Amino acid sequence: MNSPLLRVKDLTIDIPVGGGTLNAVRGIDFDLNRGETLCIVGESGSGKSLTSLALMGLLGGRIKRTASQMEFDGIDLTKANSKTMRALRGDRMAMIFQEPMTSLNPAFTIGNQLMEALLLHRNVGKEAARARAIELLEKVGITAAESRLSQYPHQLSGGLRQRVMIAMALMCEPELIIADEPTTALDVTIQAQILRLLVDLGREMNMAMILITHDLGVVARVADKVAVMYAGELVETGSADQVFNAPMHPYTRGLLRCIPQPGKTERGARLGTIPGIVPNLVGGVTGCPFRTRCDHAVAACRNAIPHRKPAENHRFRCVHETGHQTAETVV
Amino acid sequence: MSNTDTTQPVLELRSVSKTYTVKQGMFGKPKPLKAINDVSISLKRGEVLGLVGESGCGKSTLAKILLGLEEPTKGEVRVDGEVIGATDRRTLARRIQPIFQDPYSSLNPRKSIEDIISLPLRVHSIGDSNTQDKAVREILDIVGLPQRVMRTYPSQMSGGQRQRVAIARALIMKPEIVICDEPTSALDVSVQSQILNLLNDLRAEFNLTYLFISHDLAVVEHLATRVAVMYLGRIVEESSVGGLFDTSGHPYTQALLKSVLTPEAGKGVPDTELGMEYPNPIAPPSGCHFHPRCPMAMTHCATVPPRPVPTPEGHVECHLFDTENGHDTGTPLMREGV
Ligand SMILES: Nc1ncnc2c1ncn2[C@@H]1O[C@H](COP(=O)(O)OP(=O)(O)OP(=O)(O)O)[C@@H](O)[C@H]1O
Ligand SMILES: Nc1ncnc2c1ncn2[C@@H]1O[C@H](COP(=O)(O)OP(=O)(O)OP(=O)(O)O)[C@@H](O)[C@H]1O
Ligand SMILES: [Mg+2]
Ligand SMILES: [Mg+2]
Repeated sequence: MNSPLLRVKDLTIDIPVGGGTLNAVRGIDFDLNRGETLCIVGESGSGKSLTSLALMGLLGGRIKRTASQMEFDGIDLTKANSKTMRALRGDRMAMIFQEPMTSLNPAFTIGNQLMEALLLHRNVGKEAARARAIELLEKVGITAAESRLSQYPHQLSGGLRQRVMIAMALMCEPELIIADEPTTALDVTIQAQILRLLVDLGREMNMAMILITHDLGVVARVADKVAVMYAGELVETGSADQVFNAPMHPYTRGLLRCIPQPGKTERGARLGTIPGIVPNLVGGVTGCPFRTRCDHAVAACRNAIPHRKPAENHRFRCVHETGHQTAETVV
Repeated sequence: MSNTDTTQPVLELRSVSKTYTVKQGMFGKPKPLKAINDVSISLKRGEVLGLVGESGCGKSTLAKILLGLEEPTKGEVRVDGEVIGATDRRTLARRIQPIFQDPYSSLNPRKSIEDIISLPLRVHSIGDSNTQDKAVREILDIVGLPQRVMRTYPSQMSGGQRQRVAIARALIMKPEIVICDEPTSALDVSVQSQILNLLNDLRAEFNLTYLFISHDLAVVEHLATRVAVMYLGRIVEESSVGGLFDTSGHPYTQALLKSVLTPEAGKGVPDTELGMEYPNPIAPPSGCHFHPRCPMAMTHCATVPPRPVPTPEGHVECHLFDTENGHDTGTPLMREGV
């Protein structure tokens, strides 16, 4: 049995803010094998981006990260210094951001930026780097790839820029790719094309992928594993089949009722809602963070919340043994 | 105005075009860009027209024309049979109000919620401060915001609350038509569902007519009664929501529908079979603008622009359906090997 490529245990992120500490991420666990896709899904501000930045060693200096374990292919990331992290990033782990313009440098050509990582991390000459750049641009479906090398980011459409970002992330054939909302800003048609591309390339290169999104449709279609994040905690993890077809946590079920589902939801019918707002995470957070919005909240929700394991690889955190699923199906 | 009059369209676009002049590159010659190209729409009271299409196809331009924020280059817009443009801005504002995408930037951060919501009344000098205050309280109730938010500022509100403020501001003029341009795109799904429910309730209660622009087809299917699909400034298909989602005709509509990612595990990401990138609107492809990306393109699609073909509940602009054109036996254009 191989050990996982990435193993995270009890990852916690604290941010000093005016008036205290923001406990932005609190004790999350997951692991990921080569070739697997993990989707982290959750609402705005739930800590998805912070989690990915923590893995890449890109959190700002003020932000405190702790973990009882955070290992990438046997390398202890909790102890890795900035030199080690720099060597890993762009080489063995790569990141794709939501807005390509934040990570593409407007002053340099596409070709320059694509070749940079390879020249930096690998002992290859300019010609080989150039050939690889063209190969990858073609792979991500960009036509006339060679002529694109001399273009600048602003000369490309949003969809093309996002593809360039993907090509850039793939230059060194990373073992782990983290994509933070890679298709949120794109048209649905281009979103589908880019997701297909990521999934296909991931399979072809046996890459592990962490895909961060708030779009449940994207998750259902690409994830092997799903992690549902709420207010800094993973409230439910499992296979895509488990989370979508047998959701246990009341929040997961609530989310699924909020979206109109063609063919399932009656047109014009009332959609489910999750009234209320996310709790303030400044100062000691105790108990279940969802209890203020949960239909099934009881006094015990203020205490420590047990981890439950309804099936192999399926976990959720709730005081109710079945997440009170039965209470809902009866109604 | 009678609420039962269903024959007279409440909103009508007749052959509307909007051409911008744009320069490509620093030394480029100015070229025309047809953002809207000869579009006709007719909406009855109480209908919700969903408008979908890729970024840049002209959805927001259409919304701006309806709001009187842009002058059409050609054609006319009628509200209740009256040509706008002939109507003054004040009357128009009473009839048509917008709700925009971004609840963060569309509200002035320095104004209190009360000021923001009552602004249209003050601009149009409707009532005195007493009746204006009362109107604000009423509308807050309607959109489900507590009275105490009147003295707060946008920065103190959540995204969903801000979008409710934007809705309140639009409705305080008691408009007949509301133009919603991506009203929930910036919101989380749990908030989006509240806003969609609210829009549905308000429509039922006040018999409102919506133009609902969204890139989320599942949302459009849920809310709309009619749907128009836009491509490069043209409405390439229009139909009732059932007609479009259950038996859509245009290959572009089919690609859009295929690309909807429903939350069904194990189904994988669909192949839309859409070739290439969205074309450059300054130099649109010849013939049918969609032909370079169309999986069903035939030889004449590259040369002959398609005509609108009537369908049971609307129209479609595609040679595949134009049997009278003598083109129905056309040969496949490309991608035979695909
Ligand atoms: N540098 C920072 N300083 C202070 N607070 C921060 C900082 N970075 C993130 N936060 C806060 O931490 C929380 C989690 O942020 P994060 O960016 O991880 O959310 P997210 O899940 O990625 O949300 P979104 O879907 O909006 O991208 C938020 O409340 C955010 O405001
Ligand atoms: N003021 C303007 N001057 C020149 N061109 C413009 C102007 N406004 C819009 N356009 C162009 O007109 C076309 C239609 O733009 P519009 O904003 O209506 O698209 P849209 O369908 O709303 O796109 P999105 O989904 O990205 O909001 C685009 O090619 C756009 O670049
Ligand atoms: Mg984020
Ligand atoms: Mg727009």
